[in-house]
Amino acid sequence: MLDKETLDSLVSIVGKDGVLDSPQDLVAYSYVGTFAEHRPDVIVLPRTTEEVSRVLVLAAQKCIPVVTRGMGSGLAAASVPFSGGISLVMTRMNHILEIDEANSIVHVEAGVVTADLQAEVEKRGLFYPPDPSSIRHSTIGGNIACNAGGPRCLKYGVTGDYVLGLTVVLADGRVLHTGRKVIKDVVGYDMTALFTGSEGTLGVVTEALLKLVAKPRFTRTALVDFPSLANASRTVNAILATGTVPATMELMDETAIACIEEAMHLGLPLDVEAILLIETDGADEETVVREIETAATAARECGARQVKVAKDEAERTALWKARRSVSPSLARKAPNKLGEDITVPRSAIPEAVKRIKAISAEFGLPIVVFGHAGDGNLHPNILFDKRNPEQWARIEPMVGKLFSMALELGGTLSGEHGVGMLKRPYMVQALGADSIEIQKRIKSVLDPFNILNPGKVYPD
Amino acid sequence: MALLTDLDRPSENEYLSCIRCGLCLAVCPTYREYLTETASPRGRVILARKALEGELELDEPLVEQMYSCFSCMACNDLCPAGVRPADLALEMRRVGEQLRPASWKKTLFEGVIPKPGRMEAVTFPLRVYQELGLRRVVYALGLRKLMPGQLRDLEAMLPHMPQRPLRQVLPEETPAKGESQRRVGFFLGCAQSLMFAEESAATVRVLARNGCTVVTPKDTVCCGMPAIGYGRKDLVMEQARTNIALFEKAEVETVVTDCATCGSTLKEYGALLAGDPEWAKRAAAFSKKVRDISEYLFEIPLEKPQKQVNLKVTYHDPCHLRRGQGVWKQPRQLLKMIPGVEFVEMPEADWCCGSAGSQLITHYETSTRVLKHKIDNVESTGAQAVASGCPGCQMQLNVGVKQRNLDVKVVHPILLLDQAYGED
Repeated sequence: MLDKETLDSLVSIVGKDGVLDSPQDLVAYSYVGTFAEHRPDVIVLPRTTEEVSRVLVLAAQKCIPVVTRGMGSGLAAASVPFSGGISLVMTRMNHILEIDEANSIVHVEAGVVTADLQAEVEKRGLFYPPDPSSIRHSTIGGNIACNAGGPRCLKYGVTGDYVLGLTVVLADGRVLHTGRKVIKDVVGYDMTALFTGSEGTLGVVTEALLKLVAKPRFTRTALVDFPSLANASRTVNAILATGTVPATMELMDETAIACIEEAMHLGLPLDVEAILLIETDGADEETVVREIETAATAARECGARQVKVAKDEAERTALWKARRSVSPSLARKAPNKLGEDITVPRSAIPEAVKRIKAISAEFGLPIVVFGHAGDGNLHPNILFDKRNPEQWARIEPMVGKLFSMALELGGTLSGEHGVGMLKRPYMVQALGADSIEIQKRIKSVLDPFNILNPGKVYPD
Repeated sequence: MALLTDLDRPSENEYLSCIRCGLCLAVCPTYREYLTETASPRGRVILARKALEGELELDEPLVEQMYSCFSCMACNDLCPAGVRPADLALEMRRVGEQLRPASWKKTLFEGVIPKPGRMEAVTFPLRVYQELGLRRVVYALGLRKLMPGQLRDLEAMLPHMPQRPLRQVLPEETPAKGESQRRVGFFLGCAQSLMFAEESAATVRVLARNGCTVVTPKDTVCCGMPAIGYGRKDLVMEQARTNIALFEKAEVETVVTDCATCGSTLKEYGALLAGDPEWAKRAAAFSKKVRDISEYLFEIPLEKPQKQVNLKVTYHDPCHLRRGQGVWKQPRQLLKMIPGVEFVEMPEADWCCGSAGSQLITHYETSTRVLKHKIDNVESTGAQAVASGCPGCQMQLNVGVKQRNLDVKVVHPILLLDQAYGED
């Protein structure tokens, strides 16, 4: 519990409607997109960088933990305040400050919803490609904090590839500006990259300069059915070997298909082991059509049963809505799920899929596989019932096996969700002790009193 | 205080499958206004769960969070896991009511609302106020500006009220025009009868014109939605039985209503009485017969209207029609078939208008903020009229239009169709 003086100071900074501490509020801010929970002592909703700075000055004086949060869609429990303190919620800093069309750069506040940003720039023929499945319920700030990915990363890259500069409030309240409106910048260490993906442990990102590209004028989306999951995963490399780089290649296994079909009734095939959702896009219609045809041919040669190209925008939208709903729809099968996001080199995808299914069989709990097959980023989701202690006990060793498998194949623990709380125990195994030690020292330089999202990312 | 376990309460299956993904935040009108988790569907689900599991006190502030939901059901519709946060909020109001019953609710929902005569008596002063021309006096003297904002908005909400409730005017049986093809029941809702009589009169004319003998039982009682909204679902059972029995007696093949809210409630009677061995079957059979007017007209051969109605029209989806009943194509189709109507789709047509029954009274600030978005969208179309088949939505839209001094009429789609049929 914070004392009255601290609460009054917070109210004087952000106003009465920006400080919440009723029991209902504390519970509502005790979780994000997973089962992990811990209540903050107070919730603070700032509206400007200056307010954030003043909150940080106060927190530093009193050594109060500050856990930054956007819309709470994170899958690694990174914004759960396990040490209590301030839940610093950025949702009200939701203004697009400038769309610089001449330079194709947008200046935004951290609380802008990613889909809103996309819609706004698309009105001007511009395009912000990163598209995590949570685009409608996650913020740019959260995307930057986790260096979020999404289906389109295969062709366009991840959030970090679009961050040119940041406004960051440091642990002592100073405001740091990194980067500028330039594409090339090699002056000093890349501070922008340092804060991107730092999950609120190094500073509070309040504003960002993001690079935009021209909006692709044409798209073609194909739904490809595979009687065999192994063939579906093999297809990914076969398509890329043709020289075609689709914008997306999304894999869903039979359980994922069944759940989504139950939720949305789209007429997806229920008698196949997997489907791939492939999209090509670009400025020239002929090329886009040729690319989807090339992909279709390669898929057929790898054993695809049927290739169906969406006939209009409505059909395409429905397919993507389905894809984005896969993860939540799994709740139809079990009360709990743990969604991982291991990433392996592209060539190892078929082997990774095979081993995931083997781990599932070994532990006797279903693992649904879907994800961004094109870039090797898979989402094995373990389905279980947390109330069943015997099932719960199997989760940790299963996750450990999944991570070890990814590392053995030359991959990594997380492609886009981040480390947060849940992957901390595996950090040394993934990065080695030297790397962890250096990272801890960077953290101590920027946050000497360990008030920024304490207990996350690095093992204690 | 009653023990939590003894209560009529949501089962754990209704909240356990919430995996907290947060998808629902994107479609929630109250989240959009406050941008806080507490005002979101996911927040309400977790609060309900924690309260029911005993980790959080089920006190008045918690129950109030359940009342802050506008019951627009956008979250219900979206949730891929099949959780229905809006329904859960209603059930939690019911739980709150069992723990701390409010006596005024019993009086209102048992003593007044289900008794048509009393409802008419209670609203009589309002009609007199309008009929004596006070309304004009208030406007003329600019007194309206003197009222505090909320009172001003409530005043603006009222349509031109009929001199007599339609219930007292409409015959029990209206013959079909020409040879009778079908015998349909008409459920005359309270708000329609008391405030939008012209619309329901039009509904009956349109049905009769299309070969329907229309039976309007006079003793029907409130559908029950207001009581459900205030946590007194228990009082609705009796109302449901009364209404079901009346339409059984009327021997009709279909029960039509032109109120989105009544329609969605009548369609729920089957579920409401599923546990009542004597009534379960009858209720299910009744609910199966219920149709919204726009839904029904496209199930029968429909005469094409000939008269021009030169009007640019947009359409607002009532939550209880679009999500409550899955009806959204038909009202648009109906408007588009009227000669002269230029139909223009508004952005976010299916977002709540902020009415939610009585939120303008109980949650004035949120309600007007939600309304602002709606009116922005109406205005962006340049339409001269906004059509919506729900009295609650119409009243709310009236407030928005008047607040901004827009030259936009608020109408029920059926009124335009009736106009296009002309008087012959």
